[in-house]
Amino acid sequence: MAEEKEDKKFTTISIPSQLAEKIKKRIEGTGFHSLSAYVTYVLREVISGIENEEDDEAFSKEDEEKVKDRLRALGYLD
Amino acid sequence: MPRAHGNKLISRHLKKELQNLNEITKIKINTNVSEDLLNIANGVFSPLKGFLCYNDLENVVKEKRLESDTPWTIPILLDSDKKDLSEGDTVLLEDKENGVRALLDIEEIYTYDKKTLSQEIYRTQDVKHPGVANIYKMRQKFIGGKISLIDYKSREFDDYNLSPKETRFLFKEKGWKDIVAFQTRNPPHMGHEYVQKTALTFVDGIFINPIIGKKKTGDFRDEVILKSYEALMKNYYLKERAVMSILRTSMKYAGPREAIHHAIMRKNYGCTHFIVGRDHAGVSNYYGPYDAHDIFSEFPDLGIIPIFFRSFSKCSKCGSVVNDKICPHDQEYHINFSGKKIREILRNGEIPSEDMMRKEVSEMILKFEKPFVE
Repeated sequence: MAEEKEDKKFTTISIPSQLAEKIKKRIEGTGFHSLSAYVTYVLREVISGIENEEDDEAFSKEDEEKVKDRLRALGYLD
Repeated sequence: MPRAHGNKLISRHLKKELQNLNEITKIKINTNVSEDLLNIANGVFSPLKGFLCYNDLENVVKEKRLESDTPWTIPILLDSDKKDLSEGDTVLLEDKENGVRALLDIEEIYTYDKKTLSQEIYRTQDVKHPGVANIYKMRQKFIGGKISLIDYKSREFDDYNLSPKETRFLFKEKGWKDIVAFQTRNPPHMGHEYVQKTALTFVDGIFINPIIGKKKTGDFRDEVILKSYEALMKNYYLKERAVMSILRTSMKYAGPREAIHHAIMRKNYGCTHFIVGRDHAGVSNYYGPYDAHDIFSEFPDLGIIPIFFRSFSKCSKCGSVVNDKICPHDQEYHINFSGKKIREILRNGEIPSEDMMRKEVSEMILKFEKPFVE
């Protein structure tokens, strides 16, 4: 039984100091409370755009016809 | 069309031959849990494959994300006081009322502080909040683990109950790439139609997705909501631009967190945009009117675009429905779309003004002897 668990783990990434300074200036007065928060935000945004989708299972021919019939009955397909 | 949340549309339907179920420990589940279970099995809750384990719950509570860093804001939990359960067991989850049966592989049995859960999810520990009250009603232990759906009974309105796999197929067949989702719990008034059509103007199609299920006294009955939307769509929408499907899930009234959850579900249905109104999924005064808008800025990786609407009303000077960004006229010219007022008029058997509700919609509602939950 898990009563207590470890805290979430973080890792350290090195970026050029000058870039870090620019980012610190960039986030002044915004909702980002730290350099890490901003970098995490940007990386999440970037990574979400390039992750590849695994192929979804397609309907079998038989199931596809059943689904089409159902959608036609609702008037959504001709 | 966006990828399913977490990159894979989940399907948890049992494919192998069933062993003898008489020997397996059974856990009774209620309608809310069985609806969650079906939503997991059908991919509405992708990427969840089962009920949350401790690390995922802790991360959802503290970070609004699963342990994998995927955005997730509402805990999907199975509580139980069943004795003699162990991690590694397989049990049968059973909702006899709705004919739902599933296997659960228990990965973890754990406890979690309910005060923390309430405060973080609902921003309050007030038991008057319906979500907090539900947490306090839950039993002390939570069971995490993957589920496999065995079977379920067909239910009322299932003709309109499309799975994400089916809606994705439908959108592809219709050639829609950008799809906006609209969530509702009420028959449409003119304000709703304005919001939907404004959003639809910029995309290929609209997915109207009423939440069906447990309602409180005075709410419109599910059938009334569906039939009134049918009346609106038949008379005022292009057939090739609008579809409707129901979503069986309970409202949590978690305001901003629930707005994210609602967006994730619609992303799984294949939608690219999601309409978020004022005080979305709110109750009483627990959240600010636009908290459910602001929270989206925490999720650059959500994968569905929110479309925010603030207040809207009918302006007699403009002669149209307007919002606070486009109309310069004073309040005296504005008629607000009050759901309460519309209900009162309909309750008296009268037709609301066409400034408020389409005649076809009102007439459809009044065809019902009892349009409201009693």
